[in-house]
Amino acid sequence: MSNIKTSVAICGVEMKNPVTTASGTFGSGREYADFVDLNKLGAVTVKGVADKPWNGNNSPRIAEVYGGMLNSVGLQNPGADYFIENDVPFLRQFNTKIIVNICGHSIEEYCRAAERLSEADVDLFELNISCPNVSEGGITFGTVPAMAEKVVKEVKKYCKKPLIVKLTPNVTDITEIARAAVSGGADALSLINTLLGMKIDINKRKPVLYNKVGGFSGPAIKPVAVRMVYQVSKAVDVPIIGMGGICDYKDAIEFIMAGATMVAVGTANFMNPFATAEIVDGIESFMVENGIKDISDIRGIID
Amino acid sequence: MKLVEFAEIIENRPIADKIYLMKITCPKIAALSAAGQFVELYTGLGERILPRPISISEIDAIKGELTLIYQVVGNGTECFSRKNKGDLIKVLGPCGNGFKINNEIKKHIIAGGGIGVPPLVELCKNLEGDVSVFIGAKSSPILAEKFESLGAKVYVASDDGSAGFKGNVVELMDKMKPEGGMIYSCGPKIMLKFVAEWGEKNGIPVQVSMEERMACGIGACVGCAIKIKDSESENGWKHLKVCKDGPVFMGSEVLWNE
Repeated sequence: MSNIKTSVAICGVEMKNPVTTASGTFGSGREYADFVDLNKLGAVTVKGVADKPWNGNNSPRIAEVYGGMLNSVGLQNPGADYFIENDVPFLRQFNTKIIVNICGHSIEEYCRAAERLSEADVDLFELNISCPNVSEGGITFGTVPAMAEKVVKEVKKYCKKPLIVKLTPNVTDITEIARAAVSGGADALSLINTLLGMKIDINKRKPVLYNKVGGFSGPAIKPVAVRMVYQVSKAVDVPIIGMGGICDYKDAIEFIMAGATMVAVGTANFMNPFATAEIVDGIESFMVENGIKDISDIRGIID
Repeated sequence: MKLVEFAEIIENRPIADKIYLMKITCPKIAALSAAGQFVELYTGLGERILPRPISISEIDAIKGELTLIYQVVGNGTECFSRKNKGDLIKVLGPCGNGFKINNEIKKHIIAGGGIGVPPLVELCKNLEGDVSVFIGAKSSPILAEKFESLGAKVYVASDDGSAGFKGNVVELMDKMKPEGGMIYSCGPKIMLKFVAEWGEKNGIPVQVSMEERMACGIGACVGCAIKIKDSESENGWKHLKVCKDGPVFMGSEVLWNE
């Protein structure tokens, strides 16, 4: 085990292995500490943080669908001040990097959050311009290339940490948005956010979610995510954090072969609270069994 | 502290129409469980990815057993109903806060409706003094004999009059005028709202066990939000999580008309 190299770096920030969590599925790490030794993870990506507290959407916010789930949480969060006071000190007890997902309704809000969080002891930012559950800040910035470029460019001015930009799959050509984000100054990209979905209760004759539509995640979306990571990795030169339906180490390896530097585990945490740690172990075993010395040796090996 | 255990199913049988009683052995979770908490049960089906929150009806910490009573409402609970004695089932728990029990109170009122009745059994076992139990359902309220065997005074109501009083639990409480220092309630949201109002009118505090669709069950996904009054926030309320901050809240805290 000791002579294999699982560590990866994103914009100079070294992670001991390529496994992190998908924002919004792991709280601030605290919620999973009963199940997972957080020291084991390359990084913890926390739930979206805005400059001020957000209430999120009305319930019901969750609907299970075949092979996945819908959510319309709407980025409920206690705000940057609370996060800095409570969650950062908690996470800093562990030997893992901290990636903060940043959300906003407007360029100004994103910038304020980035400025405030730049003072915090965290490692990387992930700019969420792709949430399907908020009308402004999600769809508007994430689906129009010129807007994506503009918001990234503005946020970069206030950002004292490397900036990952999280992309939505709800576009015609994700490589266009990827290129726009990179030309705006994105240091890395993460993808995919959830696919927009809907479920109807045929007995009540109305949508299950209060918000009618929500983000579709879980194992069912993995092929879409692998395809998009593959396409984006061919289109841009920045590191990619791949996610979308990763449930085990085999899924993780697929994303890495498709071109991802890191992988994020999301909905699988709800299916199996040990998922992240098991994936870390599984990747190591796979490398040993297959004589892979360095995880980067299999990164992006698909032509 | 929450744990995952693969519990052995000791018993799994119907006790009423679409309602099943499952007894499982999960000593570590049972040792930590308290009245009003719930567990997350996994279906084991690849396509049904989320665990189902099921209230704990009875706890036997010495034997390491939990009794769960659930209603078959969809694919997940249907899958549970097909499990056999000896099968293993993945369980996460205990989840949530549970009922608060004040030992200085010697007279208690329990109000349960439909599939909200089961978690009130373990509560009833833990209450000292006189307990009046009001249970209701559309036609056949469950677990009346159970409460009677625990020494409680039991009042039964059914919407169609096929069992006990014809009407709902709150109408029956209005009629019987029970006395107590605390009301504990679990059932449909509309019933909980009326029980909370009844308690307010009669000057008795009410603990309500709430329900909302959830994914993780441990406070991470923020799926199961309900509105709780908050004088410090601009709009007068805040979202709290049923799975972690609840499921038990004070009836007076809940913003009912949302």
